[in-house]
Formats: sequence, structure tokens, C-alpha cells
Amino acid sequence: MTPQLRYVLRLADSSLVLAQRLGEWVGHAPALEEDLGLANVSLDLLGQARLLLAHAGELEGRGRGEDQLAYLRGESEYFNLTLVEQPNGDFGQTIARQFLFDAWQLGMYEAMQQSADARLAAIAAKALKETRYHLRYSGGWLIRLGDGTEESRRRTQQALERLWPFVNELFATDDVDREAARAGIGPEPGTLESGWTQRVDEVLAQATLAPPARAHFVWYGKQGRHGEHLGYLLAEMQSLHRAHPGANW
Amino acid sequence: MSDERSDWPLYEIFIRAKSGLDHKHVGSLHATDARMAIEHARDLYTRRQEGVSIWAVRSADIVASDPADADSLFEPARDKVYRHPTFYDIPDEVKTL
Repeated sequence: MTPQLRYVLRLADSSLVLAQRLGEWVGHAPALEEDLGLANVSLDLLGQARLLLAHAGELEGRGRGEDQLAYLRGESEYFNLTLVEQPNGDFGQTIARQFLFDAWQLGMYEAMQQSADARLAAIAAKALKETRYHLRYSGGWLIRLGDGTEESRRRTQQALERLWPFVNELFATDDVDREAARAGIGPEPGTLESGWTQRVDEVLAQATLAPPARAHFVWYGKQGRHGEHLGYLLAEMQSLHRAHPGANW
Repeated sequence: MSDERSDWPLYEIFIRAKSGLDHKHVGSLHATDARMAIEHARDLYTRRQEGVSIWAVRSADIVASDPADADSLFEPARDKVYRHPTFYDIPDEVKTL
């Protein structure tokens, strides 16, 4: 697998897994309006994942399309960031996870608009508009919850503490990233850190929340080494396709 | 769905379909604040590219006529048909009036 292919799969899988997580809220959100809001973000991410997976299938050149890549790869063949596979928890935790990811994706897509891979550059330009809205949505909620009631503040701060161990991976750079960056495919994750920190700190300050201390351990979901949660998510997402191969509507 | 959403104030939403047209009332929604009202309106009412601009107004801020006053407000106009521009003879040559 070339670094370029793996790099694209990482992006695709992060969007796909988070889309699936957000989909779990449908019918359960705290208000009808939020039900639609979360589903809307989910559908944007699913759209990004589809474009990226279709592109990955072409790069691979083995005739695998978006469906095969989404539905017929196992846990260790998924290269998403560990952050996005974390369970929804309460609404505050879902928002915190979304916010940390949106702030990362924004910088990533901004840089990827200059990709040497013309298709990736085009996908980034389209996705960037969506991501700006996602960040506005999740950031707005984070401020409301953090600067809200005593309970909402406590729970949102707790959510940050729970998710912060997965932040290191957002900027961890391995050989795949270095190769892809050298070829001008996309940004090296380490270069995204200062922009991310600035975006996040600004909103956290408005939300009267404190950024937790960074952990030493680095997760590597993007190398196919996942926590305990991804397997269940994939099992649910893939069950229909595995029971009825090629099912369509 | 929690009952708490009834604590969220109601907003009336107006969408402008395209530049040059008026904002039209499309419905209402609950939101905790103005920013959320715009975001919810975007997600609820512009999903199928229905608009290019959104207005949100707190429902409580709308001043409305009382249906009980309908007789005195609207009845007096009924017999004043001369206010309708229906008494002009349009020349045949005018096609697009």
C-alpha cells in the first residue's frame, strides 16, 4: 500500500467512523432541532468519506469501490484517528469530540487545498466549507455548555478530560505522513498543531473551560491499532452488507 | 426528546429564496439563542437549497392583530371594490400588463 493511498484512507476512515457515530444520535438527540443538526453534520462527513474512499479505490487500482472499502475491511484495516471512534457519551461529550475534530479537520483541509493530487485538492475545497460550519456548530455548543449551568460545565470539562488523551495522535507524524507530505499530497500532521491550539484555546476560553494537560502516550488508530470501541461500531455498520452482499436501494 | 426543549424560546423563521425576492415565513423552531436559531433554521429549512438568507425573530416579539378584531379591521374594505384596479380598459395592443 503506497503512502498516498494510506494517507487518503486515514482521512476517509476518520470521516466515515465519525459519521457513523453521529448517526447513532438520530432519534435520540435532546431536541428535534439537534437531531437534524447532528444528522446534517453526519451526512456531510459521510459525503466526504465517500469521495475519499472512491479516490482511494482508484489509487489502489484493484477494482475496490467505496462500498467494498467501507463494508469489507476489518478493524485493523481501518486507519481512522482514535478520537473519532470514542463513544458518544452524553451530548457534551459528543460536542467536545466533534469540536476537537472539526478544529483539526479545518486546518487539514485548508492545507490540503494545495495538494499535488488534484482530486484531493478539489475534495478539500468542497469539504472545507462544510467543516467551517461544523466548527461553528460544535464551537457554539461548547461555549453554551461550558459557560452554561454548573452541571453542563462540569460534564463538558469531564468530556474534555476523557478525550484529551487522543489529541496527541492528531499531530503525531509517522513515515506515511512524512512521505505523503514530501510528495505534496497533504500536510504533515505536526504542522497543524499551532493552528489547532489557537482555534481550540480561543473557544475554550469563551466557554470558561480549561484545556487538560497533554498525555505522553500516543494512540495509533491511524496505523490500524484501535481501542475497544471500533469493532462494535464496524460490526453494526457492516452487518447489512455482510448479510446481503451488494445490497442496494 | 426531553421536555426541557419547551424551555427554549420559539423563533419564527423567514427564508429568502434568492436575491431580489422577499423573505417568506417558513415555520418556527426552538433555540436557546439567536445564533442557534440561525443554525437550526439552516439545518431545518435550507436542506434542499431553499434559500440564500435567513431571518429569525423571537415569536414573542411579534405584534399580531387580534382575530376578534377581524370585523372592525377588515370588513370595512369589503364594499370598496373601487380600490381594485379593475375598471380600466386595457388596449388590445398591450400584451404584458
